[in-house]
Order: sequence, then structure tokens, then C-alpha cells
Amino acid sequence: MFTARRRAGGSSRLRPRDLADEALAGLVQRPGRSVLTMLGTVLGIGGFVAIVGLSQTANGQIGTAFSRLDATEVIVTDSAAAAAKTPALDFPADADARAGRINGVVAAGVWWTVPLKHGAVSARPPGAHPAGLSLNVTAATPEALAASGAVLRSGVLFNRFHQDHAQNVAVVAAPAAAQLGLTSLAEQPAIFIGGQPFTVIGILSGDQRLPQLNLGVIVPEKTALRVWGLPHHDSPAQMIIHTRLGAAPVVAGQVPVALRPGDPLALTAATSANGSELGQEVAASLNNLLLALAGIALIVGMIGIANTTLVAVLERKSEIGLRRALGARPVHISAQFLTESTALGLSGGLIGASLGVVTVLVVTVLHHWTAVLAPGLVLAAPAAGAIIGLIAGLYPALRASGVEPAEALR
Amino acid sequence: MTARTEAAAATEAPVVIRLAGAACTYPGPPPVRALKPADLVIGRGEHVAITGPSGSGKSTLLNLVGLIDRPTAGTIEIDGLDVGGSPERRRAAVRALRIGFVFQSFHLLPHRTALENVMLAQVYTGIARGGRRAAALTALEQVGLGERSGSLPSALSGGERQRVAIARALINRPSLLLCDEPTGNLDSATTAEISGLLEGLHRAGTTLLVITHNPAVARRAQRRITIRDGYLTEARGPQAAAPDGARRVHG
Repeated sequence: MFTARRRAGGSSRLRPRDLADEALAGLVQRPGRSVLTMLGTVLGIGGFVAIVGLSQTANGQIGTAFSRLDATEVIVTDSAAAAAKTPALDFPADADARAGRINGVVAAGVWWTVPLKHGAVSARPPGAHPAGLSLNVTAATPEALAASGAVLRSGVLFNRFHQDHAQNVAVVAAPAAAQLGLTSLAEQPAIFIGGQPFTVIGILSGDQRLPQLNLGVIVPEKTALRVWGLPHHDSPAQMIIHTRLGAAPVVAGQVPVALRPGDPLALTAATSANGSELGQEVAASLNNLLLALAGIALIVGMIGIANTTLVAVLERKSEIGLRRALGARPVHISAQFLTESTALGLSGGLIGASLGVVTVLVVTVLHHWTAVLAPGLVLAAPAAGAIIGLIAGLYPALRASGVEPAEALR
Repeated sequence: MTARTEAAAATEAPVVIRLAGAACTYPGPPPVRALKPADLVIGRGEHVAITGPSGSGKSTLLNLVGLIDRPTAGTIEIDGLDVGGSPERRRAAVRALRIGFVFQSFHLLPHRTALENVMLAQVYTGIARGGRRAAALTALEQVGLGERSGSLPSALSGGERQRVAIARALINRPSLLLCDEPTGNLDSATTAEISGLLEGLHRAGTTLLVITHNPAVARRAQRRITIRDGYLTEARGPQAAAPDGARRVHG
């Protein structure tokens, strides 16, 4: 039975299963300490998952709130007129009808700001005192009002009849109506714009897409052309298009050709993504701040694991000596402590990722939101914890392998 | 040389330990010559006691024989293998399979049962996992602790703890049981119990090298070697002294 053992070139071994058993035993024997050691990693990983998950979820919600307007809007600008030095209008007379025939368009209409002198709008005839108000006067087709989502408080909007016959009618936004002293439309009140009388037929409570309509006076486009001529190159004409959901990019590509087949470059169509881009930038910088905080928690967690493992190495010097006497090589000792710290990091990552997901779910349920969470993130979190544990264990493992057994066993 | 060869032949047993001019000097400053060049041959089945005052070099000798320290001069053979200058992986394998350690302070892991403490000695041997529990239980029964295999060290008396440590040292059936003050932490009744157990193991064929302060424990050995100021002296049947002042010690 002894001769079987007389192998000349043998070397001591540590099976992976034995390594796992020994490392786990090291952790399970001090459960309280292991949990406290994991805490930093739990907080860091949990913070990461919760922050990224919540920001993804919140972005999803902001997206649905704003995309109704953003994703269904195309703005066509008269770029040739803006470059010209003289008043110009590059939209054809039947622009609204042409754009309206494009598949996906709900409503489309041309509008522009009428260039008027200060104090051009008044409730009294010209020459009366005091001077008129400096209100924003907008020329718009009935379709433009439909496309922009104008909401009436009282009266009616002007229609195709008013437009085609260039009637002197006006729709006044509620604040402007108050300034002009218009309380009721029953008497068919008149206002004077640049000396011209207009009958006020409606009071606007608000407009979803064109905020400039909320404060001023709106007249039919044909009337504006007849009275004041072509739009000024400082404020060229635009077309606002309300599309069906998702159709905006396609409509934007088609509309210049549909309106100006001979010179489509005179018009520039754009979907309005600027607002949401800004929102994303703001959200991103906020996220970066929170992620930096979670990163700090992770580093603190790593230092915690490193510290506890180092203390364990110093505490367990006699165990290290014993293991060396029982045939462990320095590399086996290193492997054991590295496995312990990696297991600590992995457990911290698992618990942290779970807590992070639960946090996202709780917040989501409380806000009646839809949870959005990248599965890759949830799966990567425990791996990140394990890597943190591995890195944290490097120095303690090196120290453990350098323990002199003769000294440790004394 | 001739004397040792004859001695080995006379005992008609294979040599377990052979120290030839083995010395250990700890680098200073100033350098400490903890063990002067020593020759020692221990055959299979021998029971050898080493005594000496503190600081005499006992621990150094034990660390050399146990392959925990390396000699700064001379050679060490275990089972005929020259292990003094072997790479660490081979020395570790010899420690795992051929040497059983018994320490004064037991060195049991506090959170593991007696059985698990015994099984720890198999972790670094490469032995298949399957038969370990049964082997550990057999070793515990061998030291009379079969009934307490599930107890934690804190629930065991000092003598029982040392029995667990002896079982751990025996489980891989080592060529040599190396005991460093095995009764140093025990009262006299327990000391008698443990030295009786060691004597029983010797009768069953185990080779024992016991370092002890206790004359009663040393008296049980066949051979008694005294170490003083780094020199070895055999109490029984001394042979011619080596020219350098060290004594050749053999059976």
C-alpha cells in the first residue's frame, strides 16, 4: 500500500470542486461578515440597475407623451423665400389641397406672420386714441388651423368660404381678445388691423402646435395676400402638416416634390425631433450623474471586499500554514482567496441586480408606467460583480500566497 | 556513509528520512545558524523522540524534515526521494501524501466538524472525492472518535481535539507522522492518553518522529535524540562524532 504512493514526480493538486467547496465554506462560516462585505457591491450594482432601468422606463413614458405631437408633425419652410431679398411665396395657391392628397396626411396648411408696424391692431377706428396694440398677426389657411390643432373658446373658425373670398374676418386668441376688450361675439365686433376693419368671428382658447397663435390675431391667408401682399423674407411662409402616427418621415420626403415638382429645393420639409433630442440630452446628463454615484458605490464596494479579504488573510494565517502543511501550494492558497472574493462579488451582483429590478418594478407600478429594462443589463450585472470581486481579491490573494508556513504554524 | 548503510541494513527496514549534512542558517544580520550540519537516518517503523531546550533548533529540524523550510546546506531524502532542493510542487505533494503533521495547538478549523477537519487533509492530494468521507471516518475510528465525527472542535476536549488532528495526519497513510509537542497543551492524564495512542500507532507500524519537552513522552520512544545549540546527540548507543562536531546519528 505504500509502494503505490511512491510516485517520483507527483505534484499536489486542488480539484475545481474542492476549490469551490473550500471557498464557499470560508464564506458560509462567517455569514454576517459576508453579507456586510457584499453590501457595497449590492448597493453599487443595485443602483446601476435601478438607475438605468428607471431612466429607460421614464424615457419610454416621456416618449409616448411627446411623440403624439412630435411624430405626427411635419414643418415645411419656404427656404428660397428666406434667402430672397424681396417678399416671395413659393407655396402654390393649391398647396393645402396638394399636400392633403399625400397618403398619411391628416391636414396641411400654409401660414405666415404678417409684417405690421407696432400698434397696428386696435378695437377702435384709425386715428383714435390711444394707439393700437402690438399683437402678432398671422395669416393662415383654414387647413393650417386644422393641422395645428386650434381649439375654439367661442364662435367659429374661418372656413374655405372666408378664405376663397378673402373676407375681412379674424379669429382672436383669448389673451388678445381680453386686451382688445372683446367679451362677446354676439354683436359681431370689429377690430382694425393696419387700418382695415375685420369682423371677429371666433375666440381661440389655444393651439397645440403653433404657440404664436396663442397670443395674436389670425386672418385668412387670401385676405392677408390681398391686403398686405406676399410674406416678408424675414418671416417667410411655412406649411404645417398633421400626419398619421409614424407617417411624418415619409410625408416629409414627399411633400416638397408634391408642392413644387419643378423646384422641390425651394421648400425644406422637416420632422420636429429637436424637442425630444433636447429632452434626451437633459435626461442623459442627469443619468450620467446618477451613474457616477453608483460607480462610486461600486468602487467603495470593491474596497470593502478587498479590505475584508485582506483582514481574513491576516486572521487565517494559521489556516494558511495548515493548508500548506497539508500539501497546498502558494497558488492553491491564492486561488482559494480569489474564489472567495469573486464569489462575494458575484453574490453581491446577483442580490443587487434583483433589488434593482424590484425597485424599477415598484416605481413603475406606483406610477402606472410600463417597465422598460434591457435584459442584457440585468444579466451583465452579476458578471460585473464577479469581476469586481476578482479584482478586489488580487492583492489579498497575493499576500496569502506569500505567508510563510513555518511562521504561520508557530 | 558505511556506518549508515550498515545501520539501515541492520534494521532491515527501508529508510524513511535521511539527513546528510543538512544545515539551516537564517540570513541575518546577524546570520543565525539554527541547525548545524546534521546527519540523521530514521528507518520505517521507528519511534524517535527529539528533546531539547527552547531555541535549541528543534523547530528548525522539524521544519526541514516536514519540508516547510529548505536546508541551506546538505540533503534531505524522504522515502529515498531527494526533496531538499525539489521544486515546491513536488515538495507539496510529499507533504500531502507522505508526511502527517500533528501540532501542539491542534490547528483544527473551528467552523468544521471533526470529520470535515480530517477530510481537509485529502483536499490537496488529488484523491477522488468519492471515498473521502469513508476514509475520514475510518481514521476517526482508528483514534477512537468514531462517535464524535459530527462534533465541532469547540465541543471537544483537548485530548479529543488532538485525536482529531492525529486522525487528520493518519488519513493519507503517511510514511512519517511528524509530531511537534503533541502533548504541549494537554494535562498529564490526557498526555498519557495521547502518548499511549501514539505508541499504539507505532506498534501498528507507523513511523513516528516526536518533538517533545515532556520526558515521560520521550521515554516511550525507541530512540531519543537530544538537540542543543543546533547539534544532534543520540542518547542511546552514540557512535563516533563527526569531525565537524556534529554527531552522526543512526539506529
